Amino acid sequence: MDGVRIRRAGARARRAQTSFRVVVLTVAGVVFLLPLVSLAEFSIRYPLTGKVDFGAWTSLFSADDSGRLDLLKDGLMNSLIMCAMTVVLAVGLLLPTMVLVRLRLPGLNRVIEFICLLPLTIPAVVLVVGLAPIYAVISTRILDASTIWLAFAYVILVLPYAYRALDAGLRAIDLKTLSESARSLGASWATILMRIIVPNVRTSIVSACFITIAVVLGEFTFARMLARNNLQTALFQINLSDGQVAAVVSVVLIAVTTLMLVALDLVAGLNERRRGFGVPADEAALVAPIPTPTREVVE
Amino acid sequence: MTAATIPGRGVPVAPRPTRRSWLNVAGTVPFFGYTGVFLLLPTILVVAGAFRTRQGGFTLNGIQQLFASRTAGVFLNSLWISALTALVGAVFGAVVAYALATAGRTSLLRRAFTAFMSVLAQFGGVMLAFAFIATLGVNGLVTRLLMQWFSYAVDPGMLSTLWGVALVYCYFQIPLMVIVFLPAVDGLRPQWREAAANLGGTGWTYWSKIAGPILAPSFLGSYLLLFANAFSAFATAAALISQQTILVSMEIESALRNENDLGMDAYAQALALGMIVVVALVMWLYAVLQGRTSRWTE
Amino acid sequence: MRTHRVAVGILATVALLLTGCAGASSSSPSASGKAATAKTAADLGGMDALVAAAKAEKTINVIGLPDDWANYGEVKKAFAAKYGITVNSLLPDASSKEEIDTADKTKGTDKAPDVFDLGTNVALASTDRFAPYQVAAWSKIPAANKATGLWLNDYTGIMSVGYNATKFGTISSLSELTDPKFKGQVALNGKPTEAGAAFNGLLMINNANGGTLDNLQPGLDYVKKLKAAGTLSLQDVTASTIDSGQHGVVFDWTYNQVSTQARLKAKGVDWKVFVPSGGEIASFYNQAINADAPHPAAARLWEEYLYSAEAQNMWLKGGATPLLYDAMKADGALDTAAAAALPSLTATPQTPTTAQATAANAFLKQNWDAAVA
Repeated sequence: MDGVRIRRAGARARRAQTSFRVVVLTVAGVVFLLPLVSLAEFSIRYPLTGKVDFGAWTSLFSADDSGRLDLLKDGLMNSLIMCAMTVVLAVGLLLPTMVLVRLRLPGLNRVIEFICLLPLTIPAVVLVVGLAPIYAVISTRILDASTIWLAFAYVILVLPYAYRALDAGLRAIDLKTLSESARSLGASWATILMRIIVPNVRTSIVSACFITIAVVLGEFTFARMLARNNLQTALFQINLSDGQVAAVVSVVLIAVTTLMLVALDLVAGLNERRRGFGVPADEAALVAPIPTPTREVVE
Repeated sequence: MTAATIPGRGVPVAPRPTRRSWLNVAGTVPFFGYTGVFLLLPTILVVAGAFRTRQGGFTLNGIQQLFASRTAGVFLNSLWISALTALVGAVFGAVVAYALATAGRTSLLRRAFTAFMSVLAQFGGVMLAFAFIATLGVNGLVTRLLMQWFSYAVDPGMLSTLWGVALVYCYFQIPLMVIVFLPAVDGLRPQWREAAANLGGTGWTYWSKIAGPILAPSFLGSYLLLFANAFSAFATAAALISQQTILVSMEIESALRNENDLGMDAYAQALALGMIVVVALVMWLYAVLQGRTSRWTE
Repeated sequence: MRTHRVAVGILATVALLLTGCAGASSSSPSASGKAATAKTAADLGGMDALVAAAKAEKTINVIGLPDDWANYGEVKKAFAAKYGITVNSLLPDASSKEEIDTADKTKGTDKAPDVFDLGTNVALASTDRFAPYQVAAWSKIPAANKATGLWLNDYTGIMSVGYNATKFGTISSLSELTDPKFKGQVALNGKPTEAGAAFNGLLMINNANGGTLDNLQPGLDYVKKLKAAGTLSLQDVTASTIDSGQHGVVFDWTYNQVSTQARLKAKGVDWKVFVPSGGEIASFYNQAINADAPHPAAARLWEEYLYSAEAQNMWLKGGATPLLYDAMKADGALDTAAAAALPSLTATPQTPTTAQATAANAFLKQNWDAAVA
């Protein structure tokens, strides 16, 4: 019967989807892990002689060359603080503005998009030439020369990615209807933003956060040209004198950052569920039973 | 959907009072103010710098050098490597993003993979170049395996060619696409697929008539992002081919670092101006394209 | 709940801003007026007064000094240990031009570099940023190596060819480098039109192949030959690329080869160095003090230290020929073991004049990219 055939087709499609997912992710996983594995191999196997020794790993965690480790710790601390600052500033700046423009000032859409893509057209090396006088003023008259104020410039760097992520998310929801309905029910703009829009674009915000964290932790040019010390400049310095130690730090950094992001994602998801506030629209769609003509669920 | 079409409201609403419009515009002030100081001002400084000598006088020297044949070659290289790696990144990245989207938002595999992609999207510069040297270089892991299993000798200079650089670029382009495109793929409702099947459509119908048009604007936008990302990337290429300037960003850095000829600053900024012009053109093209594809959505 | 989270986030950012402001007052540069204009140690009241003033400043910012460049790592450590002053090593890989650019960008902050170590070209073009100072050893310095006290030569190296002797055996002439066994392994340390070390490397291979400082064509022809033979590498040379076997033959200053030798020896690999006959090239680097140095007393103390026998011998150990070499030899203060380790030369090294360098640069700018295409 039609119903059975459709259900069978549905089951087949799901199996095909699963095997597709497994194959693609396995291949991608192997391809992307390969350079990292090679880097790790370099850290323990000296290529010119083929000798294996874990000296680079132990020297990193021992206290003898404390100068190197101090530099790394300092850079890491600065970078982590800047991550937090950049995320808050970037999402806080972009999301309300994008919502406002979409709802009330659609003509400005192109302008916002252009501005958000501008940072990509200007290479960091040159943007920093323009930023140097501005940071000179910031360092001497407004704040100080500490590394963490680079976060202001980092917000600009993540604008394109954050915009793209939030844009995709805002496109996927019916912003006008949601906000108009909420308005007609008497909600204030703050409520609309916080309790209706944000939960609906949760994936986008998390995605924007992820890319922001990755950008800030991977940023090198600004810090270098403005003579600040962040994670990547510290790593660069280490690499100048000891490649194997730098390789260890790189691999560890990638692993730890990945784990950190996974943890963040889990925590964000946990909070959502704990509040029991109600499942956001798109998650509801994924969880809802698939409509079929018959009511039988037996496969 | 305007107020006029909401059921129950037959009467069109009067135009909003002026005060509300001003408030709306005022709401965008934080954004414009911030980007004005940290983005537009530096850009203006750089553009003005294209016309100034190191001492501050006016000069067209920088712009003049922009029209040398070498510069055209360098721009061409940058353009095609950006277009190519953006395409490879967009296609493969979209495939991986789709695979991730099918895993369900709460799956641990998806979370881990997405996090990993985020990190790789920003892994660049000297360490990335070196990771590839450790893989495909003279004593690289893959080089040795290929020699051992297939007796195939990898050209040691391969990574220092344009193709080698393109290969390395894909390593951060594909993850970037995954990160940036995933929210869009998440927006595809499974019910649409089922509905299409119910109505007698095949997978092809679904993709070409439903999912394709919906994803197209985001796909194009992401492609543009990848293009611009590759176009301004510098550190990785510099580590792989430091002694030849084949890309615009390398030419800029070279002009800025040059200690044998100190008058290159205007040239560097003129090059930056050129880059801005190129990407502005690409953006315009994107806007035109998007105008066409958005006809299919809403 | 979400509002709470956002509020916390905003509070956190504000808190950070406030902490930053609070921290600002304690880190503002204290330019002790006397030290900033002192032209000799006597101006401050003698060496002891200088040491005291420097110690009060607690930090010194140096720039462009990699640890393994002429053994600067040891110099920095020894200075910090001797006087208890923290040595802040900014941008170790900076080119001379970047050193000046950074000074411009960070002017007025406490992160500006205090001292510079520059190539001649850049030093001559940037004298308006220097503060004149004469070290205690001033009288021992030959007149040709010091100008008005704005800057002075500090050390030079000889351009040399370093190679992996364990892998390739002994090499004694540049003509051997077109052999297929060197596939993709031969490299200059940078781009000749940009970096001083690479520029001088090209001069070395030029002169060794029959060219002169006024005619660089033989040098380019040799590079073309290497390219055609497939032995030339255009990748950036770093400790890692040498370690990974990517580069087996490197043209660089003797003092840069020393650290490679030491590192590879520890791993059981022999890295040998030779200077090709006819291609002896030397070039002095130059010390200068930043007129806007945030730590002027420390800057002057640093210079005094660099021209003491202790630091000069450290440079010597690092493979560089320090400025006071002859004076120390006469005084008996020279580290003879280190001096003996320098590679032997068959002729006096040449140094290009400013005019020759400018002409050479223009020539390379026209022709380098075509030669390696």
